[in-house]
Amino acid sequence: MLKDLTSARHPARRMRRLKEKLIEGALFLCAASSVFVTLAIVVILVSESIPFFKEVSLKQFLTDTQWTPLFTDAHFGILPLLSGTLMTTLIAVLFSIPVGTIIASLMSEYLRPGLRDWTKPALELLAAIPTVVYGYFALLFVTPFLQKIFPNISGFNVLSAGLVMGIMIVPYVSSLAEDAMRAVPQHLREGSYALGASKMQTAFRVVIPSALSGITSAYILGISRALGETMIVAIAAGLQPSLTMNPLQPSETMTAFIVQVSLGDLPQGSIGFRSIYVVGLSLLIMTFFFNILGFWFRKRYREVGG
Amino acid sequence: MTTQTRVRKMTDFAFYLLGFLLLAFVLLTLLILILDFAKTGIPRLSWDFLTHFPSRFPDRAGILSAWVGSLCVMMATAACAIPLGVAAGIYLEEYAPKNWLTTLFELNIINLAGIPSITFGLMALGLFVYKLDLGRSILTAGLTLGLLVLPIMIVTTREALRTIPVSIREAAYALGCSKWQLVWDHLLPYSMGGILTGVIISLSRAIGETAPLITIGALTFIAFLPTSPVQGQWPYVNFQWLHDSFTVLPIQMFNWISRPQEEFHVNAAATGVVLLAMTLVMNLGAILLRQRFRKKIKW
Repeated sequence: MLKDLTSARHPARRMRRLKEKLIEGALFLCAASSVFVTLAIVVILVSESIPFFKEVSLKQFLTDTQWTPLFTDAHFGILPLLSGTLMTTLIAVLFSIPVGTIIASLMSEYLRPGLRDWTKPALELLAAIPTVVYGYFALLFVTPFLQKIFPNISGFNVLSAGLVMGIMIVPYVSSLAEDAMRAVPQHLREGSYALGASKMQTAFRVVIPSALSGITSAYILGISRALGETMIVAIAAGLQPSLTMNPLQPSETMTAFIVQVSLGDLPQGSIGFRSIYVVGLSLLIMTFFFNILGFWFRKRYREVGG
Repeated sequence: MTTQTRVRKMTDFAFYLLGFLLLAFVLLTLLILILDFAKTGIPRLSWDFLTHFPSRFPDRAGILSAWVGSLCVMMATAACAIPLGVAAGIYLEEYAPKNWLTTLFELNIINLAGIPSITFGLMALGLFVYKLDLGRSILTAGLTLGLLVLPIMIVTTREALRTIPVSIREAAYALGCSKWQLVWDHLLPYSMGGILTGVIISLSRAIGETAPLITIGALTFIAFLPTSPVQGQWPYVNFQWLHDSFTVLPIQMFNWISRPQEEFHVNAAATGVVLLAMTLVMNLGAILLRQRFRKKIKW
């Protein structure tokens, strides 16, 4: 009896093997679903963009300096939207990269572990706050505050949106940078101290260079977040596409344009409506590029850290 | 002490101070933001505000349809993201062979986590709303947000599974467990804390998401509630609510911010207080849960 049950050909054993195979197959399909999401995003954005490029040439799209898809005299030049996106991103990154790096060095090199266990989650709360809340804060708190410093700043402006976005991104940069710095082996630090270096010298000349690829991938994640951020810029940076380099002026970003059209009542299939897929595709290509770059750096850091 | 040493010690201290001030500045901004919302929003909060529909008149407007909508969308999101994310996490951590396909899955999940949320919205508009004809409904919103937080669910599930030592797995196999028995009876119960943390973080992310829901065409003015999920006669449950149109808290708030009148901004602040309270409570819960489980479990 017992001998039968342990035989691989026993029906109960066969059933069990079949069940195991079925379960594994189902789990595999769930894991594969994430690939389908990516495919769906790419296929939808590309297929909706193709009819757009039948009417507007790629050259016009990339070089025209006006973006007026909602006017009768429609121009489709991505440059004004691109400048809005790049400016808000630049301001956010100029704030969050230095601040995030310094905070990461503080947490990794100076703070006691007990204190560190509380500052890190507290900082990460900043990344958890809904972006629409940040948008309100930028428009109705930070902008009036900036008006005291720059009296000629307009009600919607790039500076305030960029700064608030910078605050939001600090934890993305600091958490990942700190992880990378803590992965640096302790004996490198001890060697540096033994030579008489201070903590700051150790941080800048030993720890940061060793963790550089991990820190860089933290920066890239920050940039990628800033490029795709939507609600803060839609609320606080204004909805007029303009090719300006003045951060005190309003300027529409790519993401804010998508929101603006989605809220409007353009008929589906019209070229104005299709333009949101084209803008989305451009955004996807930009972030995709940064993601790959970030991944490449992270892989290098694993090799160094391991 | 030589001058050089003294200068070095002073620069070191100055750097420490700078770091501390920056940390304090960033955390203080968080505090100011919360206080600013509390000051403007809390006086406006009342029972009426929570139980009234939006209105043209700012003092009569409320967020009933918004918070009910948020709740429904959260349920749909959880129903989509939790089973899919946990199953995918189990596959990648326990079953997946080391081959190019697994590498592709892993690369794809990292990439997916970095894609702007608004592109998920555009995909959902093209696929769920137009191709599959699911409408601008709670179901569409739940699927969109569920796929958006899927990478978070997968990553936290994998991390939770990874903390379980190999000895548990070997012991189970030694007693003749099959792989699935090991997963279902041992690994899943032991990693429940980590998975629960992932669920909370995913939902707190989803509750604040605005852009993808605007893209799929969530309405900004809704003066009715979704169909009740419970009904008097057989079969007692009703899934019609999944097909109803909806609005959510962040969209209602965005709508009020966009209006010129000061009174609507106060309404927006009050909605912000509700949203902030929900996200902060969820995140604090996740932090406490994580620390509790880390302390309690000693292998």
